[in-house]
Amino acid sequence: MRHLIIGAGPAGVVAAETLRQLDSSSDILLIGDESEPPYSRMAIPYLLRGRIGEEGTYLRKSARYFEERRIEILQERVSTISTDNRSVRLESGNVEAYDRLLIATGSSPTSPPIDGVDLPGVHSCWTLEDARSIAARSSSGSKVVLMGAGFIGCIILEALASCGVDLTVVELENRMVPRMMNQVSGGLIKSWCERRGVTVLTDTRVEGIASKDSQLMVSLSEGEEILADLVINATGVRPNTSFLEKSGIEVDHGILVDQNLRTTCKDIFAAGDVCQGRDFSTGDYTVQAIQPTAVEHGKVAASNMTDGQEVIHRGCLNMNILDTMGLVSTSFGAWEGIDGGQSVECSDLARFRYLDLQFDGDVLVGANALGLTEHIGVIRGLIQTRLRLGVWKERLMDNPLQLMEAYVAVAHGVSDGRKPTTSS
Amino acid sequence: MEKSLHIDADKCTGCLQCELACSFENDGVFNPSKSRIKVFEFEHGRHTVPYTCTQCAEAWCMQACPVDAIVLNLATGAKDVLSDRCVGCKVCTIACPFGTINYDKDSGKVVKCDLCGGNPACAAACPTEAITFIDSDSTGYDRMRQWAGQTGTIVSV
Repeated sequence: MRHLIIGAGPAGVVAAETLRQLDSSSDILLIGDESEPPYSRMAIPYLLRGRIGEEGTYLRKSARYFEERRIEILQERVSTISTDNRSVRLESGNVEAYDRLLIATGSSPTSPPIDGVDLPGVHSCWTLEDARSIAARSSSGSKVVLMGAGFIGCIILEALASCGVDLTVVELENRMVPRMMNQVSGGLIKSWCERRGVTVLTDTRVEGIASKDSQLMVSLSEGEEILADLVINATGVRPNTSFLEKSGIEVDHGILVDQNLRTTCKDIFAAGDVCQGRDFSTGDYTVQAIQPTAVEHGKVAASNMTDGQEVIHRGCLNMNILDTMGLVSTSFGAWEGIDGGQSVECSDLARFRYLDLQFDGDVLVGANALGLTEHIGVIRGLIQTRLRLGVWKERLMDNPLQLMEAYVAVAHGVSDGRKPTTSS
Repeated sequence: MEKSLHIDADKCTGCLQCELACSFENDGVFNPSKSRIKVFEFEHGRHTVPYTCTQCAEAWCMQACPVDAIVLNLATGAKDVLSDRCVGCKVCTIACPFGTINYDKDSGKVVKCDLCGGNPACAAACPTEAITFIDSDSTGYDRMRQWAGQTGTIVSV
């Protein structure tokens, strides 16, 4: 059996490891198109802050890790897949055959359709190579414009600010991280950043970028123009599917898969950012570009690629945790609420603390939190087990901050008069 | 024989010795806010429930870590955070459905129970044997671990 995996991010690497655990005899080839050992994009903000070196971003630390597991790594780019011949063609012209194929090619930054977005000095922050370029241009006093206050934009703010740059954030929507946080919490993140000397322009569009002497002139929708030494494009990412155009593999926003993460072509699977997998909360098939989903997809796909190991994927919970200049925000599941649902929120605006819970009857289905980190994982636990809160629902409606008490009581049987016994 | 923490909340008096012992053992301070074991109060202290990581087999935290900073300690069975590898991304803190791995702002890293390397200070400090460290086989019916399975997104068929 020859397994071929395209993409050396978390989904691809976890799939390779799982394949090896399930079948000690198969051949496993992991193809990645960057000239680095498999690494985590999630660690890049911490690299930019100087808290780790490049090796600190590597997914696995031992230099011989993959070799010891007989996982062959090839640094090449796949140009096409031939499902008839069960092979992939590489840009070098070489061809690699497969019995089972996993597509875990991730996503790439998109650029807004504006003039000047390809000029030197305009960078995405996505790869280790991007990080090197940004670090080289982010010296103290330099002017940086960040396009997009989404997850990636927000998480690199601290690194940029700590370099001493003069920072302006431009966001199209009316708040920060609009696809993760609601109006109140997204607004609070904006105030938090402004207090720390960052200029945040929401409801604002970058109309174009032009060279001006050795700098860049950024034109905004309000008619304003700002000079920049560096423009960082963090306006969004898109699944890497363009090489699949003539493959016969069906693609919507991401690659279409069934509940086994099988694509529409025989013996071909998809996982991670490129895969339009099942969402736990809605049951719909959507792209979730998050680390826990990539890992779960990698495991599920690898199991289903192995004979006799079929598993069904019940869906991943969309969840995120973000540190914006020291203010930690989280979102879980149906944080925007559901039809016929109920919600409760509480806030301490002066201390930048906020919690919003969304219910379906007495079941927690979503949450947004700001400035709260202790035991935050129980929100996932409560949502994903669909645990009925009973009397604790009303107690949470009175005081949402009792979340951990509600969890301990309901999950471990205090509320019904019994006291729990647990073991590690 | 691998040992586990066994918690019998019926025996807990809410004295918080476990929290003090944990913070002192791990951080050198008597500070319950640093403790990796927490005692929750119900009905104004009528019930108190000590609560910490069960070192669950699913190891959600370890699976979610993008930089291999959480590892299985083969000697103790604990999932240990390697502080020098942890970048502080906090993904493990939302992945753990028990809420027992937490971000520590002072260090910029996550912390969780590591069974004190095989001699848990909380169990040693507990005066009523509400927290004991005993052979895993004898901890009996394990409600919490069973519950862990329900969070799984994977169903074998």
